Amino acid sequence: MSSIPDNLRYASSHEWMRAESDGSYTVGISDFAQEQLGDLVFLEVPEVGRKLAAGEACAVVESVKAASDVYAPVAGEVVAVNEGLSDALEQVNKDPYSAWLFRIKPSNPADVQKLMDAAAYAKSIG
Amino acid sequence: MKTTPLHETHRTAGAKLVDFAGWDMPLHYGSQIEEHHAVRRDAGMFDTSHMLAIDVEGTGARAFLRYALANNVDRLTVPGKAQYACLLAEDGGVLDDLIVYFFTEDFFRVIVNAGTADADLAWLGNLRSRIAPALNLRPRRDLAMIAVQGPNARDKTFAALPELRAAGEPLGVFFGARIGAGASERFIARTGYTGEDGFELLVPNDQVAEVWMRLTRAGVRPCGLGARDTLRLEAGMSLYGHEIDEKVTPLESGLAWTVDLKSPRDFVGKAALLVRVPTTQVLGLVLPPKGGVLRAHQVVHTPHGDGEITSGTFSPTLNQSVALARLPAAVAPGDTVQVAVRDKRLDARVVKPPFARHGQSKI
Repeated sequence: MSSIPDNLRYASSHEWMRAESDGSYTVGISDFAQEQLGDLVFLEVPEVGRKLAAGEACAVVESVKAASDVYAPVAGEVVAVNEGLSDALEQVNKDPYSAWLFRIKPSNPADVQKLMDAAAYAKSIG
Repeated sequence: MKTTPLHETHRTAGAKLVDFAGWDMPLHYGSQIEEHHAVRRDAGMFDTSHMLAIDVEGTGARAFLRYALANNVDRLTVPGKAQYACLLAEDGGVLDDLIVYFFTEDFFRVIVNAGTADADLAWLGNLRSRIAPALNLRPRRDLAMIAVQGPNARDKTFAALPELRAAGEPLGVFFGARIGAGASERFIARTGYTGEDGFELLVPNDQVAEVWMRLTRAGVRPCGLGARDTLRLEAGMSLYGHEIDEKVTPLESGLAWTVDLKSPRDFVGKAALLVRVPTTQVLGLVLPPKGGVLRAHQVVHTPHGDGEITSGTFSPTLNQSVALARLPAAVAPGDTVQVAVRDKRLDARVVKPPFARHGQSKI
């Protein structure tokens, strides 16, 4: 059974978003996503400063099994990336809600509320 | 979907199950990478019961296999000796790759792949009708198969299954032994598909869950097909449907060493191999650490034309990505080629497989 914390928002493409105090949002992949992928072995994150459209492919996670795109859950600008994560990718498998990929400053913060809450996401992955 | 007699055991252990050639098989039991390391460093085991043992019984067994296989069974002179061989079509294309074990002149055992087993049986049955109608080809779906692999596989197998020690201990590499009959029938062979020492075991279906449990208790880690694939790829071994299939010959797939063209004997596909000039070959590719991951079907650009990756993965032993690729015949180890990975072209070094064996990097 996948873990789905209540305090996060979720995209149908299996990213989670967490609100930070400075108005940015932290993005990672859900427990369901890491479970489907298996052991992660490679990560490519976007450049800080890159402007993303909602749904734009902006990062890649690769497991032993397959490569998978990570999409921007909302439109905005990348304000930070998790630099050290490439050297500790097993953290994404062990604790997907701590091992974040990048932070985004949404063009329109209201967009975040259009993403799924935990209950809706739980239902979507059945 | 078809299931092996260990299916319930895998489900209970929490295995992630996937469809492999129509069989519902474990991909991993939690972490594919940890399972991979267990085999390189200690001992792991795989349920390989989806593969099929076919017993070739009766007068003329050797003559039949001498004609049916591209490798020469006349090289098998000591009872128990095994050989890796390809089963070819008339045009030289590979129908399957297999291991053949010689026991007596009227008893050989062949172990074939899961996905090709039915077609192999039909093909061999047809050949038998033509050239050896008195021969019996017996598919052994009554036997289940476990591969125990790793530097400690032998010791842990004997600890778990002391009744196999007498037959298993003297076995040289690529030798097998048959023990008992009926309910006590056993087969133990010092073969495998990982580049490590170990055994492949056959036991009656209704006893395999007990054998698996005893091996688990002895510290042999259950491993899925995911680790099996990264292990065989590191060891530079072909996977049917990837490096080899009916469209290519062994001579253009890095398997010339398994084809005997020197002896005067005839065999299925020989005439084609003698005239079909190889234009491609299978070699290894390596990316620098953290350079990305090579995958099957990625295009490889070389100065001699394009090639294609047949199997690619992240190598847990080397901590970088490795692949086997079908490349133009003029490409050589040491060359640098470019692989199209998504929107990039990554430089990869061409190497001669294997990448790793017996726990050690070979590149």
